[in-house]
Formats: sequence, C-alpha cells, structure tokens
Amino acid sequence: MIRLANMNKTTRSSLFTYALVIVAFVIIQLLRTFKDGGVGSVLEGQLIPICAYITMALALNLVVGVSGELSLGHAGFMSIGAFLGCSAAGALVHVIPSAPLRLAVAMVVGAILAGFFGFLIGIPVLRLNGDYLAIVTLAFGEIIKSLLTNVYLGVDESGFHFSFLTDKTNLGTGGIQLIKGPMGVMNTLRISSFIAGFILVMIALIVIFNLVNSRTGRAIMATRDNRIAAESIGISVTKYKMIAFVTSAALAGAAGTLYGCSQVTFTATKFDFNTSILILVFVVLGGLGNMWGSVIAAAALTILPEALRQFADYRMLVYAIVLILVMLATNNPTIQGFFARLRTSAEEKKGGAQ
Amino acid sequence: MKKFLAFTMAAALTLSLAACGGGSGSGSSATSGSDASSSGTSTASGAAFKLGGTGPLTGSASIYGLAAQRGAQIAVDEINAQGGDIQFELKYEDDVNDPEKAVNAYNALKSWGMQISLGSVTTQPGIATSSYNFADSIFALTPSASSPDVISGKDNVYQMCFSDPNQGTASAKYISEQKLGEKVFIIWKSDDNYSTGIKDKFVAEAETLGLNVVGNATFTTDSATDFTVQLNQAKQAGADLLFLPIYYDAASLILTQANAMGYAPKFFGVDGMDGILTVDGFDTSLAEGVMLLTPFNADAQDEATQNFVKAYQDKYGETPIQFAADAYDCVYAYKQALETAGCTPDMSASELNEKLKATFPTITFNGLTGDGAGITWDATGAVSKSPKGMVIQNGAYVGMD
Repeated sequence: MIRLANMNKTTRSSLFTYALVIVAFVIIQLLRTFKDGGVGSVLEGQLIPICAYITMALALNLVVGVSGELSLGHAGFMSIGAFLGCSAAGALVHVIPSAPLRLAVAMVVGAILAGFFGFLIGIPVLRLNGDYLAIVTLAFGEIIKSLLTNVYLGVDESGFHFSFLTDKTNLGTGGIQLIKGPMGVMNTLRISSFIAGFILVMIALIVIFNLVNSRTGRAIMATRDNRIAAESIGISVTKYKMIAFVTSAALAGAAGTLYGCSQVTFTATKFDFNTSILILVFVVLGGLGNMWGSVIAAAALTILPEALRQFADYRMLVYAIVLILVMLATNNPTIQGFFARLRTSAEEKKGGAQ
Repeated sequence: MKKFLAFTMAAALTLSLAACGGGSGSGSSATSGSDASSSGTSTASGAAFKLGGTGPLTGSASIYGLAAQRGAQIAVDEINAQGGDIQFELKYEDDVNDPEKAVNAYNALKSWGMQISLGSVTTQPGIATSSYNFADSIFALTPSASSPDVISGKDNVYQMCFSDPNQGTASAKYISEQKLGEKVFIIWKSDDNYSTGIKDKFVAEAETLGLNVVGNATFTTDSATDFTVQLNQAKQAGADLLFLPIYYDAASLILTQANAMGYAPKFFGVDGMDGILTVDGFDTSLAEGVMLLTPFNADAQDEATQNFVKAYQDKYGETPIQFAADAYDCVYAYKQALETAGCTPDMSASELNEKLKATFPTITFNGLTGDGAGITWDATGAVSKSPKGMVIQNGAYVGMD
C-alpha cells in the first residue's frame, strides 16, 4: 500500500487504467459464461464495437491530448482499417483457416496501411505550425469516404481484381467480392471476438503508456507545451509529432479492422465526419491526455443511446442533455471542490493512522 | 454560481423530459411514433404474437421508417379490434438507417421477446438484421428492404417489396414497350445501394431491348443539393426522357431545377419516387406528367385501399406512401400464414420459424400492393407481384394503363 502511494502519478494512473480494463473484462466474461442469458443480448451485441471505439478514443487521445494536434478525420483511418483489413481477412480465408490468427493478420494489415496513410498526410502537414492538421485530416476523411464508396475489389484464383466507379471485376468461379462499391463490405463470417477486442485495447494501452512514459513521449509533450523551447534544445518537432500521429493512425486502423470484422455489413458512409466528431467527444469527455477517462467515456457513450431506448423519440435529445450535464458536472467548481475536500480528508485520516 | 445554475437547469430539463418520455407512452396523441407503438402494446391481449421491426424512426430516412411503422400499426389495430384467434403486439425500434444501430435495435427486440419479425425498413440495416434473423431462427418478412442481399442465403427472410434488379428490368421494359422516350438519360446516386442496383439492371435490360441510353450522371449524399451540372449534361445529350432511380427528396430538387433552367423532358421514376407529392415546399405542379413504377396507388378505387388510406389519414393526417402499404400488407400476410399453419402465440420463435418457412411459399395473398392476381413468394423469399405504372395528373397518381 505504501509502495502504491509512493509511486509517481503517471505510473499509478497507468496501473489504474490496466486494472480498470482487466476487471471490466473479467466481470463481463464471468457473466457471459456463468449467468443465464449472459449480459443481455443488447450489451452482448455491443461488446466488440465498444472495444473498437475505446481503441479509437485512445488513439485519438494520443494525437489530441499528448501531442497537442487536432485530428478531425480519425474515422478515415478507421475506414481504411475496416475496408482493407476485412478485405485481407476475406482474401486469406482459404490460406489461414484459423479465425483468430486471420483476424490478427488482418489487423496488422489494417494498422500498417492506416499508418502509411497517416505518414503520407504527416509529411507535409506536421512541418507546419498551426491548426493545419485539423483541416487536412477533415479533408482526408471526406476523400477516403468518397474513394471507398467507388471501389470494387474481388479475388479469385488468378489474383486480385480491382475496378473503380463501375463493377468490372468479372470474377471467376469461386471468386469472392471483397468490396462492392456503394454496398460496402459484406462479411460472410464475423471473425471478431470480444477477447480479440480486449487484447487490442490492452495492446493500445501498452503501446501508448510506453510511448508516453519514454524519452520520446517526453519529447512529444515538450513540443506540445512549448514548441520554441523544444526546438531550441534540439528536438525535431516534425519527427516527434509524426511518431505520435502515425502510431495513432495505425491503432485506429487496427480498431477499424476489429469493428469491420464484427459487422455483417458496413459502408464507407458509416465513417463520416460525425463518427470522427463522436470519437473526439469521447476524448474531450474523458479528459485530454487522460487514458482511463477515454476508456470510460467511450464505453459509456456507446451504451448510453441504447440504454435510453425507453425514451423513444426523445432519445437523442436526452442523450445530448446528459452529455451537457456530464461536461458541466466535471468542470463544476462546487463539485470539484467537494471531491478535493474528500481527498484531503482521506489523506489526513491516513496521516493520522501512521 | 452561474455554472451551478446551468447545471441545475439542465438537470431539471432531463428530469422533465424523462417524465414526458415515460408519460406520453400511455397518452393518446396520434402524432408521435412512440405513442403508436406503445398503444399497440396496450391494446393487445395477453396471448398475442410479438411482432418486432426496426426502421429509421428518426434521422434523414425517418419518413420511410415512420410510414412502415404506422402502416403496420393500423393493420395490427384492425386485426386486434376484430378479436380473432390471431392477435398481434407490435413494437418498432429506431435504427437511424445504420446497420450497427439496427443490430442493437434487433437485440433490444429480441430481449423484449420478439417471436416474428418485420425485418428492417431500409436496405443496409436489412442486410445486417436479416443475417441475425437467420442465425437466431426468427422468421422475418421485410416490408421494404429491397436488395437481393437481404434474402440471399437466408431461408427464413422474405420480402414484401420488389427487389431492386426487378425494378430496373421492369422500368426498361415499360419504357421500351410504351415508347416513352427516344433518348434516355439516367441520374443516379452512386453511394446508394438501391440506386446503383436499379441503374445497373436498367442499363443491362436497355441494351437487350435496344433502348437508346445516351448517358448517365451521378451524385452522392453530400452533393444532393445542386443538379444543374447533371441536368446540363442531359440537355446537351439531347435526352427526352430522364430516368431517376432515386428517392423522391433528390428527385423533387431535380424537377425544380430542371424547371428553372427551362428543360422539360419526361421524367420516369421507380418506387423511391413515391412520396414526391408530400415534400414540404415543393410545387406539386412541377410533378405533373412524372411517371413512376410503384406497387401501391393511394387513389385506387378498391375498398381495401380506400379504407386503409382513410384510417391512415384520420390517425396521422397524411396520405400513406408505398412503404406504409407494404408494412400493412406484411401484417396481414402474417395473419394469413399463421392461420394457414395453425400457429398459436405460445409457440417459440423457432417453432414459428419452421411453420412459417413451410407455409409462405404455398400461400397466395391479396393485399393493397400488387394486382388482382395476388402476391406469392418462392422458397428463396423473393416476392412475385406486378408493378403498376403510374403518372401524376392534377396532383394525384393515375394508372397509366
């Protein structure tokens, strides 16, 4: 206990986040295994999307909270992961029979490709000083949406067939149509699982905490806090912002693959500006740079609209008001003061006992 | 202090809304969708089939979801009022036209105890929920999810509407047989499954029939406000007939903008065009002479249609569109099939699933949609009924034949 209290704040916070995710996972798994009816069919169906959204929120928090840039097109990276990762999973269906292994390979493919696009965007934009990343990622999200809506991709014995705007893939017998233009992707098999989602969230946490608490992470935060001071001591601002942005894009790609492989069907229009903003809302609500906050906010805000179904037509109105309430409550000096007093009195008690 | 006040106000607002949301469920106001679904729940007796469906009750596509929900509600109310052996309890959940939300809505219905399903109203959610219907063995008859992907590979998912390819083929045949146009130009929505499906089949059929398609132009959800470029292309190509395999909201803009630029070809639409006369602020005189293929005609003189239109207008204050009629027919088709199969409400969803799967291909159903020959299904779940060619005259649909 004393060792825990003496730990520095960041270590304590990351341990708390790992514990939070693991305990939530264990409780849900126990309920699913031993309780009749599990966690209920509504929550059961949402488990994998929640894991995907948590990973998205963590990835975006790395850009917005840690490196101090604003990205308004993270859904674009998610869609690259979803479309190309699911295509990889579909194409490898005969090569890798084991579903978990295929999903892992697909996620790696989705992450690498999304990371590559993040790198391409970062080359010109992260050299600039200002809010340019927000504008460029916003445009990127829209462009990717329009492009993916018009892509036709299929695979058969003679290899991949690709066409744009109209379907000219002409697959041979036994061919699989992977992306069908405006109809998006239709998965015959849903290979994502809750366990895979949990592992992805854990990997995202490990990657982010190790990055943030390293020399590189401190350099990233230095460029955020004072660009000129960081440059003056020889930190390459572009390089460190690029590391954060590409890592974030790659995690978003992996989250996209997890999401895509859990859905029967999805289209490029799913990953629009609204989705990007939704993820940004998770990050802002959970607190910039606060990883466990992102985890809780992403999970809560994904469940909330479904939990409000009893309000029928007023559902989204109530959802908006709850959002405003939470934002007000977390920034309310009266409430913050109350918790601060609680904390001091608890510490005083501890001090008295020693 | 100000912040604290804001916080209190917001809290008060949430509480009052919560009271409102709970209270209006038992109220009798006829305008809100939630009222309709809960009043259905309250009228049904204890032994009723639990019928569930998902549809966009809010958001940009809500006109279809609400129409289907209301059409089904009227049928359920009528059947329950007659008090026969077959009673229904209807519940619609909102899916905002998003496959992910549709699966959530489907799961909510499943935990409510849904025994038979009305599937989803729109296509993309329909593809998602139908695969869950198949996995869970819950029989589904969708009023309007028209893509072939909704039913393919699922032996317990049936459609009440024509499939998209059929509409494209039927439209091309109709235009060619009736010699409606020499040069056809197509404006279609490239990010829409429905529009793309119809357009592809239309072009294929037009080639075999020797119909002269002089060009086509596309738009997407984001660019669905300005059509002058597409209309100019059509004008330059010398088209005398515009084929619009799109929904009526965009079509109403095309008609308005074509009129503004003094371009007056013939317009030919498909069932998505149905509803164009109800668009707010749209000058319906522009729609004069617009032709469309639709299975339902609100001005038909037969008794069943007139009763339905009257009941719908009394309850919701508007003329029903085809989606409402399809959903109405779905409920009555269920009634006929359940009676034929001798099902009782105490059966489980999978028992009903087996019985309905065996029964549906054998029945002939006479409803509001389709013609006198009746509606039949084959074992894949595809419907067979003939479309009606309609033309708009004096602000109303008139049969073309």
